[in-house]
Amino acid sequence: MALLELEGVEARYGPIKALHGVTLTVDDGEVVALLGANGAGKTTTLRAVSGTVRHEGRIAFGGQSIGRRTPDRVARLGLGHVPEGRGLFSELTVWENLRMGAYMRGERRTLRKEAPRIFRYFPWMERRRDQQAGTLSGGEQQMVALARALVSRPRLLMLDEPSLGLAPTVVQELFRIVSELNTNDGLAVLVVEQNANVALAAAARAYVLEVGEVVIEGTSDELRRHESVRKSYLGY
Amino acid sequence: MPLAFSWADFGQQVTSGLAAGAIYASVALALVLIYRSTDVVNFAQGEMATFTTYIAWSLMHHGLSYWPAFVLTLLIAFGGGVGVERLLIRPVERRPEIVIVIVTIGLLIALNGLTGWIWGPEVKAFDSPFPNNTVDVGGVVISVQDIGTFCVCLATVLVVWAFFRFTTVGLAMRAVAVNPDASRLMGVRVGWMLALGWGLAAVLGAVAGMMAAPTVFLDPDMMLVILIYAFAAAVLGGIDSPVGAVVGGLVLGVVINLLGRYVNFVGQELRLPSALALLLLVLLIRPSGLFGRVAVRRV
Repeated sequence: MALLELEGVEARYGPIKALHGVTLTVDDGEVVALLGANGAGKTTTLRAVSGTVRHEGRIAFGGQSIGRRTPDRVARLGLGHVPEGRGLFSELTVWENLRMGAYMRGERRTLRKEAPRIFRYFPWMERRRDQQAGTLSGGEQQMVALARALVSRPRLLMLDEPSLGLAPTVVQELFRIVSELNTNDGLAVLVVEQNANVALAAAARAYVLEVGEVVIEGTSDELRRHESVRKSYLGY
Repeated sequence: MPLAFSWADFGQQVTSGLAAGAIYASVALALVLIYRSTDVVNFAQGEMATFTTYIAWSLMHHGLSYWPAFVLTLLIAFGGGVGVERLLIRPVERRPEIVIVIVTIGLLIALNGLTGWIWGPEVKAFDSPFPNNTVDVGGVVISVQDIGTFCVCLATVLVVWAFFRFTTVGLAMRAVAVNPDASRLMGVRVGWMLALGWGLAAVLGAVAGMMAAPTVFLDPDMMLVILIYAFAAAVLGGIDSPVGAVVGGLVLGVVINLLGRYVNFVGQELRLPSALALLLLVLLIRPSGLFGRVAVRRV
């Protein structure tokens, strides 16, 4: 049984339909990329999973139907969602952001256990834990958002365009850490990206969304060889 | 009539100003707490405080001594604040802010009427837990009542501060004020955090009401003037800044007292208009207040 299963998922914003029946799966310990142009429904797919957007169709996470669960209850099932725009608490410090990541699992006990692990992946964060998150650089903010999601030890991590607005070296660093988390801890990841090159390098499988539907799916190698994927998303 | 200036008198005016200011600070902090999480000014804050102060009066009237009645009142206030949020604010929380404001104004009128209906319109005396005498500190005569009021209000403010600073729930409440959507993704039940904020605001108001009642006497309109001072204090400090609200309250208490004493034409009568003039001045010159963030609107 897959860790995350979407079957014929539809979602709308008011009268506008954003998803027209998305079907995809993410297995335990797997990194899966969700590609597509602007407005294809990538973000909406993640939001449907985390309960921030209502959906029709079936979404099951760890065998449990998401249904009408509110985002806080979906999060408690073990879902880590780093949303579009990172969703940091900009007026709180780095450490307070991490504390919020531990909120639902018993803050103090969880942090005692998880903080050393987090600081192994992000050594600079320990030195700057008392800095206000809003004053960090874009790349650092993305790292804090990632770290905050990791503190809760999610079964599935969903990343929404982590590369957006970041320098190429920072993007490389970010995806290196994601790959490491996957190999070391078996963390399952569903990553939404416009930057298909970097996403396919990190992912084992990928789906391509167009106008709210999955149009292509396959292993990363297959997609890299795919004529229209190459033309539209990889640029060669 | 020109008044001879003496430092002892000046000191007395400052200390009694600080006592009044501590009351304004508590109510201003309550306003800021709700403003930060709900984005509206709670016009019913004063009437909520009056209502709970009457409850304290009833408890004492039925034989409870002061401090047990005080603590019990705070518990009742907390429950009442949470209840108000759940029953009255929650149904309209997704509506435009003006709708929520109108609900709080409706609550003001309803509570004011209810207070008069239950306890009657006549002014009641309210016990003070502090002795009615004075101490002489280097020539400055300070009433023990003022010292007690100041200490109780400030202790309450410090407890609230420590709650936000050191507890997990306090942290979550701050996170909700900054970014409710992201808080949900962290597993926070945002609705209950908002309700808790209302509960805390009601507690702060109850403390202010019980501290004010011995001097201004208990009547259904008791907090009206105090609420206006608290508005001015919150705006002076920056409506989204808890520290600003407390500093603003203390500064306003002292300034208003000094104005009333030393500026002849202000006297007793023009104190409130002076506070309103200050409020207007701050809004014109520095809308974000002394400690507030300058609002940046993303386009």
